[in-house]
Amino acid sequence: MSNKNETLGKTFTVIIALCLVCSIVVSGAAVGLKDRQEANAALAMQRNVLQTAGIDTRGQDIPTIYSQRVREFRLNLETNELTSAGEDDLAEAADVENQGEVKRRLGGSEDIAGVRDLEQRTMFYIAYEEDGETVKAYILPVRGAGLWGMMYALLALEPDAQTIAGLNFYEHAETPGLGGEITNPRWVNNFIGKQAVDEDGNILIRVTKGANPENNEVDALAGATITSNGVDNTFQFWLSETAYGPFLRTLREGEL
Amino acid sequence: MASAKEMKQVLFGPIFANNPIALQILGVCSALAVTGSLENTFVMCLAVTFVLALSNFSISLIRNHIPSSVRIIVQMTIIASLVIVVDQLLKAFAYDIAQELSVFVGLIITNCIVMGRAEAFAMKEPPFKSLLDGVGNALGYSVVLLTVAFFRELFGSGSLFGIQILPLVTEGGWYTPVGLLVLPPSAFFIIGGFIWVLRTFRTEQVEAKE
Repeated sequence: MSNKNETLGKTFTVIIALCLVCSIVVSGAAVGLKDRQEANAALAMQRNVLQTAGIDTRGQDIPTIYSQRVREFRLNLETNELTSAGEDDLAEAADVENQGEVKRRLGGSEDIAGVRDLEQRTMFYIAYEEDGETVKAYILPVRGAGLWGMMYALLALEPDAQTIAGLNFYEHAETPGLGGEITNPRWVNNFIGKQAVDEDGNILIRVTKGANPENNEVDALAGATITSNGVDNTFQFWLSETAYGPFLRTLREGEL
Repeated sequence: MASAKEMKQVLFGPIFANNPIALQILGVCSALAVTGSLENTFVMCLAVTFVLALSNFSISLIRNHIPSSVRIIVQMTIIASLVIVVDQLLKAFAYDIAQELSVFVGLIITNCIVMGRAEAFAMKEPPFKSLLDGVGNALGYSVVLLTVAFFRELFGSGSLFGIQILPLVTEGGWYTPVGLLVLPPSAFFIIGGFIWVLRTFRTEQVEAKE
């Protein structure tokens, strides 16, 4: 290494040139692959929604079956108003674009699931039977803090808006083999058929140790207490009056 | 230009004779984290090979112009850029695996093998030789990782590449999985075993008693 490399001018030239080249490479990759990545993410989400609703997707084209069987809505958690995602007011969409999602910081005692910020508008999906008219399931996005990070799930409710039809943790960072078992169908199937809430909106579903299945309880995962508590808290929070409670009541009253 | 024999030594030497994990004990961190399943491990090895080969190559390409006062920063910038590119590629072409591996792919930046080879080899040697050194060390890394993953997945989850080999008790079979192997620390035992076996056959790697 010669001494002429050690001058201040040379150091700056090398660093600036390197940064330019690297930033071009990185942004080139990010921009060039963006469409593909977004398509992948959207496809994965569609598959998750279909799976949660209990619609068999094997050997079928996911976008086709999704467009036939599922409709997307935006639910305003403050007013409980539902807008079709397709018919979304352009001005409102632009607002979201400019200001980002409107969020509300949750207070300590309110925030039992570690959600931190509750968005004003959330996605809401309705899955239909094969006739395309009869409601098969309502699908709500939920999330809660686990041991290592946020666990994102979709919760499907039967048309009575009380019985659980499906649960799908599609993104989480729990320990494989322990907390990671939240994705194991054998465990998740324990939730199906249980009452999430009663007619008055009281939350019935619980995740506990030594659970009694007759009593809408699901047994916690062995070796994953914090994850199991996180799943329990997720239910307690999202089914409560703070989150989906009021909207589920309007669903039960058939005012959709 | 170095002889073909020397090139071969640079490329294949790191697999057993000078294995980065078993002999230099570098890059053990990711050997613990991603070896729970063979599929993830395989993709991780490809990612490390890509980063290691190209970072060695590009650092060697500009080695005569890197001021030594900022050389670590220069190396880090190149490595970090390559890692971001790999992460973007995975998200575009192997989305499901990227979901699981994303965190660990990011951690390739701090993988000691990549930094170690850049500093120890690519700063001194010509580009093509550095490229081979990168590929060779990545192969050495992959051999260890795939071995670890093979044992962890087979005995921890009863499967290989996600295909069930040993039917699990929880699924109605007879095999009770070894819970320890699912957890990252178990990789320590397997790497330890790997080094033991390696040094039984290559006694020159055994350190002299102090």
